[in-house]
Amino acid sequence: MGNLLTIRDLRLEAGSKTDPTVILEGLDLDLDRGEVLGLVGESGAGKSSAGLAAMGFVRDGVRIAGGRIDFDGTDLARASHATLRRLHGRRIAYVAQSAAASFNPAHRLIDQFAEGPLLHGTADAAAAHDDARALYRQMRLPNPDEIGFRYPHEVSGGQLQRAMTAMAMACRPDLIIFDEPTTALDVTTQIEVLGAMRDITERYGTAAIYITHDLAVVSQMADRITVMRHGREVETAATQRMLESPEQDYTRSLWAVRSIRKPAETGPAEPLLTLDGVGAHYRSFKALDGIDFALARGRTTAVVGESGSGKSTLAKVIAGLMAPSEGRVLWDGAPLAGDHAKRSRAQLREIQMIYQMADTALNPRHTVRETLDRPVAFFTGLRGKARRARVRELMELIELDPDTFLDRRIPELSGGQKQRVGIARALAAKPRFIICDEITSALDQLVAEGILKLLIRLQKELGLTYMFITHDLATVEAIADEVVVMKEGRIVEAGPRGQIFEAPQQAYTRRLLASVPQMDAGWLDRARRDAAEARSAETAA
Amino acid sequence: MTLLRTAPPTAIFGLLVLAATLLIGLFAPLVAPYGETEIVGAEYLPWSAEHPLGTDNLGRDMLSRMIFGARNTVGLALLTTGIAFSVGAALGMFAALKGGWVDQLMSRAVDVLMAVPPLILALMLLAIIGPSIPNMVGVIAVIYLAPVFRLSRAAAMNVVALDFIGAARLRGEGTVWLLRREILPNISSTLVAEAGLRFCFVFLFIAALSFLGIGIQPPTADWGSMVKENATLITFGDVTPLIPAGAIALLTVSINFIVDWMLHRASGLKS
Repeated sequence: MGNLLTIRDLRLEAGSKTDPTVILEGLDLDLDRGEVLGLVGESGAGKSSAGLAAMGFVRDGVRIAGGRIDFDGTDLARASHATLRRLHGRRIAYVAQSAAASFNPAHRLIDQFAEGPLLHGTADAAAAHDDARALYRQMRLPNPDEIGFRYPHEVSGGQLQRAMTAMAMACRPDLIIFDEPTTALDVTTQIEVLGAMRDITERYGTAAIYITHDLAVVSQMADRITVMRHGREVETAATQRMLESPEQDYTRSLWAVRSIRKPAETGPAEPLLTLDGVGAHYRSFKALDGIDFALARGRTTAVVGESGSGKSTLAKVIAGLMAPSEGRVLWDGAPLAGDHAKRSRAQLREIQMIYQMADTALNPRHTVRETLDRPVAFFTGLRGKARRARVRELMELIELDPDTFLDRRIPELSGGQKQRVGIARALAAKPRFIICDEITSALDQLVAEGILKLLIRLQKELGLTYMFITHDLATVEAIADEVVVMKEGRIVEAGPRGQIFEAPQQAYTRRLLASVPQMDAGWLDRARRDAAEARSAETAA
Repeated sequence: MTLLRTAPPTAIFGLLVLAATLLIGLFAPLVAPYGETEIVGAEYLPWSAEHPLGTDNLGRDMLSRMIFGARNTVGLALLTTGIAFSVGAALGMFAALKGGWVDQLMSRAVDVLMAVPPLILALMLLAIIGPSIPNMVGVIAVIYLAPVFRLSRAAAMNVVALDFIGAARLRGEGTVWLLRREILPNISSTLVAEAGLRFCFVFLFIAALSFLGIGIQPPTADWGSMVKENATLITFGDVTPLIPAGAIALLTVSINFIVDWMLHRASGLKS
């Protein structure tokens, strides 16, 4: 029994009463005061639903079909709206994944902060404002006295996430639910946010439920971890034990995801695509500056950097969606036109792109068949039976059953399936070179692993060359032959995978590598110390 | 057929009314007991077996004129809405896709069109080119093209920003494919909803122009002018003049039932 929160045999259902979809089944959770519980699982595992249920809240269309949610003597499963309203914000607070979408863009941060305390009567406006400044300082936000008077769009994502945590602390709740709060952030920003969150919950002895799919992150934050799958608990154990000796196969498979390694390529590297002093501008802003490097045929070159480093701009320039303002791009030794409209059909066919958000990269009004049929017809000119056979062949290449999936509409697919269709669409053109723009960053680890394995296999079978753009260094380590590190539109460092990961030459590369969450419990403290040292060294220099 | 079986009762009602109106309009000369402009008796005769809805201010059979009115009013309103939508939506999507100066030029031209009150613009244009039915259809289509252009441009803008448009462009797809296969299916539900509403506006606009004497010319029957012609009867407590008005209302409601159902289907919601 947890002395703050006890959930017993909780069952959540959606849909009709006679044939319900089960969201959660037989869930038990215990939480003591001041304890942090990690909830881990893939998307659809029910971890967010479980987190919300701990507040006595269910999403629209979902109902509590059984069980108890006992929060400090109140059964939230049966509590009235009035009771829940008194508890929410006052004793139980929530920090959402996307702070940008959770703040009201029309109000200043500090006014949104003060809303809770004023509503619950825990402070008057002046006291709430003072408290906001104090909490902003504790969250180590820059200019804590002034930042509250900005609007949400005027501060960065990492700062906004910290401001939201401060807001959740406004009434000094007993319990905070963190729902994937750092998933959308860069690795270097993530460290600061995680550190600040951990400090503030420790300082006020706040209990927390930390929901994430990133095991390394949860191992830094949680005292205990519960692994979930298909709406059920797989296993629960103290963090250290869970990391060292997980009992269930499923947990072990989650842990093993980080261990894919593409075998190292040997032999000479001949360039397929060469960038020669490429620069690009958004009006007067220089997004790319003097980019020189060659992509080797049949290899994977990973381009790594934080948001704003110019890596996606680089992809646009190569794809022809944006013309370079200086320098040139050589394809197979010949210059490539900056605008895709001026490229030959063969060039368009040979250079393909896979996008980050499969949701928006595929037309939601089309079926899988329509999505693949068009590029096959467009680039290969196949007709009738041969074309249908080619579409089926593509489905088999991406390991989706043609009979099941060809006539589904895009919105009926899962995230991983959509991304596979995106790969098939690129393959339909029989390309030689594929630009992969953050293609796994929106996916769960297990699904992402499947996609990476597929790409490695396809590369071997079809002799493809990849440019892999990502901010996730674990992915880079898994798939890259060559690594290019970018910062503020320039190349910081480039070289073979082994060299970059084992003997990075530049301070920035070292800092980036150190920011990758590790599974051991002391990583966050180390990384924060290193980051602080690196910053002071940079200031001194 | 499976489509109809899943339709809610309101949509079936709407479809029945629309089908009946269209059929009656199409076969008006066969259905109507008397001719459209034929004077069959005294003015303002009450309802009787011979003249089920009585006669109008010139002694013409009300029912026959209602039937011919369906052909004129509904047919012209549908035609006008159809033109305004196909042209307006195509131009709006084109402007959104091309952007830059093409978009600027087209949008500003439409702004000019919208700056003048529609009724005054219609009066002016019809005064210049002369009142006739083809001219009236053309003028109303141009006037209603402006809001359709703006709507489809705004809706298409959101779609054009998505990656699948970029993917299709990178493939080298032509403008027609992009408009028809990539953008249109994603904004069609918005357009259909708007079309239902616009149809009613066009309907009333034609009636208004007829009232002012430059729309459908007498003696041609049209529901809008029939209300006006027989308005005196209302003072005597007779509901006859309200029948054409009721027909307009019934058709408007029916079309919106159908539109609601189509929207529901398009958005993938199951009720």
